[in-house]
Amino acid sequence: MDQRTIFLVILGMAAVTYGPRLAPAWLLSRRELNPLLARWLSFVPVAVLGALTAQSVLAPAGSLDLSAGNLFLWAAVPCFVLALRTGSFFGVVALGLAIVAGTRLFLG
Amino acid sequence: MEETLERPAGRLGATARESVRLALPIVLGYVPVGFAYGVLAVKSGVSPLNTALMSVIVFAGSAQLIAVGLLAVGAPALSVVLTTFVVNLRHLLMSAALAPHLAPWPRRLLALFCFQMTDETFALHLSRFSRGDTDRGVTLGVNCTAHASWVAGGVLGAFSGSLIGDVRPLGLDFALPAMFIALLCGQLKGRPHLLAGLAAAGLALLLPRLGFGQWSVLAATALAATLGMLAAPRLEKSAAARSGR
Repeated sequence: MDQRTIFLVILGMAAVTYGPRLAPAWLLSRRELNPLLARWLSFVPVAVLGALTAQSVLAPAGSLDLSAGNLFLWAAVPCFVLALRTGSFFGVVALGLAIVAGTRLFLG
Repeated sequence: MEETLERPAGRLGATARESVRLALPIVLGYVPVGFAYGVLAVKSGVSPLNTALMSVIVFAGSAQLIAVGLLAVGAPALSVVLTTFVVNLRHLLMSAALAPHLAPWPRRLLALFCFQMTDETFALHLSRFSRGDTDRGVTLGVNCTAHASWVAGGVLGAFSGSLIGDVRPLGLDFALPAMFIALLCGQLKGRPHLLAGLAAAGLALLLPRLGFGQWSVLAATALAATLGMLAAPRLEKSAAARSGR
């Protein structure tokens, strides 16, 4: 893809990101959200993150990989433990990078 | 009285200091992840200028990392934009949650605030607002500090990208999965949400095999959110029955 097309993709990304960030605060600041829609929306963050985590950890190369050779699967376990215990965003990312980089350094 | 003697410049300084102090934990997370994004972006063939531009006008960590991953494998432009839309749709809920607190704000500042709303700034401001700390200067100061650190990390990464031959020895290809795990764990707030997360995970692995392709994350999200919503009253009732016994 050439840089001009990438530029247009970035403009599109900015528009579809800003819309959902702005619309509720702009429109709902004096009104209530439909309770059914609000309930459904409360499950969207956990669902999208569950889907993205599963794909990136269990199928890092595009197809399901539950073998012992899937480094991301092993690295994910301590990251989950740390995330559930501390909720530290930076700590989890640092631990994950350290495990993956360290394993590749020592085990080739 | 010290306060009455203080000039606007002094107040501005105090606001800036307080903003940076509150934003510091976010900055510590954004600089390294932003760096990983910058490196991966230039490796995917995005120019340093476009890499920086995306951090300035999109400002969404996971979506930016996913987008450069898709660009690296030559995904069509429309699917990059649609994936960004789905991944960032969660901000709809965050914006709705903050709406009552933002109601008294002038519209111009509200528009600016929403432009810089991320998972991390949302979590910080929600807890500040609910304990009555609603200073607008500090709120926007925190957002600008976080945004600046995200852009700075990305620019550093973009210029180091050409020096780093392979991101794998640094583990940078795990930055995004690690970030998903941290964000996911923050969302597991009860059995219905745990169920929805597990269902989405299973569907996200199953649907690509059924030919859903780029749509699998969107479809898994919609189905799992619906399942969570339908199962919630049942699960809450059974949990209440057990604790009642």
